[in-house]
Amino acid sequence: MTQLAQYMMGGLATGSLYALVALGVVLLYRSSRVLNFAHGDIATLGAFVAFMLMTRAVPFAVAVPAGMAAVAALGAAFYFLVLRPAKEATLLGKIVLTLGLALAVSGAIQVVWGADTQVFPFPLSDTRVYRLGQIVVSEMMLGTITAGVVLLVAMYTLVQKTKIGLAMRAVAQNPDAAQALGIPARRIYALTWGLASALGGAAGVLLAPVVYLDPFMMLDPFLKGFAAAVMGGMDSFPGAVLGGFLLGIAENVFAGYVSFKFKTTLAFVIIILVLLVRPEGLLGREYHRRV
Amino acid sequence: MVRSLVERYEDDLFLVKGVPGWTAVAVLLVGLAVLPFLLPRLGLGYLLFILILMAANVIVAVGLNLLVGYTGLISLGHAGFVAIGAYASGLLVTRLGLPWYVAWIGAAAISAGFGFLVGLPALRLAGPYLAIATLGFGIAVYQVLTNWTALSGGRTGLPVAQLSLGIAALTPTQQLYYVAIAAAVGLSWVAYNLTRSHIGRALAAIRDSDIAAEITGVSLTWYKTLAFAISAAYAGVAGAVIAQALRHLEPQSFTFLESITYFAMIVIGGLGTVSGAIIGGVILTLLPHFLSGFKQWLPIIYGVAIIVMMLIEPRGLYGRWVRVKMYFKAWPL
Repeated sequence: MTQLAQYMMGGLATGSLYALVALGVVLLYRSSRVLNFAHGDIATLGAFVAFMLMTRAVPFAVAVPAGMAAVAALGAAFYFLVLRPAKEATLLGKIVLTLGLALAVSGAIQVVWGADTQVFPFPLSDTRVYRLGQIVVSEMMLGTITAGVVLLVAMYTLVQKTKIGLAMRAVAQNPDAAQALGIPARRIYALTWGLASALGGAAGVLLAPVVYLDPFMMLDPFLKGFAAAVMGGMDSFPGAVLGGFLLGIAENVFAGYVSFKFKTTLAFVIIILVLLVRPEGLLGREYHRRV
Repeated sequence: MVRSLVERYEDDLFLVKGVPGWTAVAVLLVGLAVLPFLLPRLGLGYLLFILILMAANVIVAVGLNLLVGYTGLISLGHAGFVAIGAYASGLLVTRLGLPWYVAWIGAAAISAGFGFLVGLPALRLAGPYLAIATLGFGIAVYQVLTNWTALSGGRTGLPVAQLSLGIAALTPTQQLYYVAIAAAVGLSWVAYNLTRSHIGRALAAIRDSDIAAEITGVSLTWYKTLAFAISAAYAGVAGAVIAQALRHLEPQSFTFLESITYFAMIVIGGLGTVSGAIIGGVILTLLPHFLSGFKQWLPIIYGVAIIVMMLIEPRGLYGRWVRVKMYFKAWPL
């Protein structure tokens, strides 16, 4: 029983990272129906920029927001320079464009920082642990979960309770009508890209101390984040969070009791099952198709 | 030179048009046939190996384009099918001692079977969801191969017995070259014919609007799974070629990056045309080879090339070529 609780605790920490990735994916998908395949690489870039600043003696509290800001600028720039001009592109075309961005960003990271693994200095420790009853929680896990929850709440508040969030929802629902009502749709899209990228950057920074810093570190978490988003429903923030936590816990319990080797495979089995049974995801709205 | 106008639908469907077309095809085929003898004399014998890989990539690209370009179903996990074909052919030859051609057909069939299985969820999934599902499939195949050591030899790899045509005058590499090129040319020819048959038209109808296609009597269940199965069979044959070329299989050769590279081939060459896939396969095999000094720049070059291509010429290099050709044909109009 204790063991199960311990696995679930670990799953919660991993799950909050998945939830963060999923949140960025969902934010973009809701507003523009674009699935951003570059999300993981943008996140990696954010972590690397923060890392570079920290090696130049910039404090952690400055370096991380700077890294997030850098990738936010990249996301917005990608919207204005690439997606805007290609607005006639089909769904497939848009997926291809983000794949191109993914390749280019990951290539740039390898050229600038090399393919070697680096240790990311993080103020929280992985070895300093607390005990909750019989469950062991490391400072790192607590920090990750806290950061995850704080960012989730901030995102939810922004989208549901502020004027900008209202504009984002309006643009997501009908860009033409929103524009006719005086909402600057293009700027809102760019803002959405920036926000989603910044969220990705935050996820990258939180993940870097766990998996070490290397150009492909986000591939796996990013796929899991996608899986979480699909599981929870691609257009639902609470769904993305729920999906992230559920996936993290399921994976950790599976790795603990059944097979550690096949834990990544499990994620995809789960997505395929969810999609077959409930294509709109756990909390997504009904799956409509217009003729 | 002004060619006569196209007057009948059949004229438009001819695979090779006129004397220039036939000359080009003949030159290409003769050129491919003499290369194994020409290259060693020029001191470029090692290029033969690159050309074998090129043939494999062309086969994958043509198959992938049938799925993505013609049917409009996305697959980001094609390296998985290639891996299945490679390991299936390797195991059939090495463990069961079957002759290589049986093993290749077996590889195509097994891959097609998996293609059919992946095609089943594709009936319910569209666009981004399908992208994720296929991507997951590719990664799952990689992981299973890495971890299921009894099947794959694990990280130490699986040795593959060399194929032999029984022609003493040719070196093993030359023999493989001829088999690989014959497979690439033959499968491209099949793909050309497939695209101008009722199957090809059904696939294009699904791409343009699957609801409209279904209403006009195209069975989505049949054609979507068929597209996946055919595409996977192509990838399976390519896997068999790669298995023979490398002679030693490791899961590392079939990662997510390979899937993306296959995808880049058809986008850069031209979505929705067989010729485009061939061009993409050729360029994206030869380019890295000649740019080997800039290896770390390759992902950036691919990425930017994909973006630029989608922005200015969504029909790819082949589409641009057709446009240039039409311009000169119609000149000075």
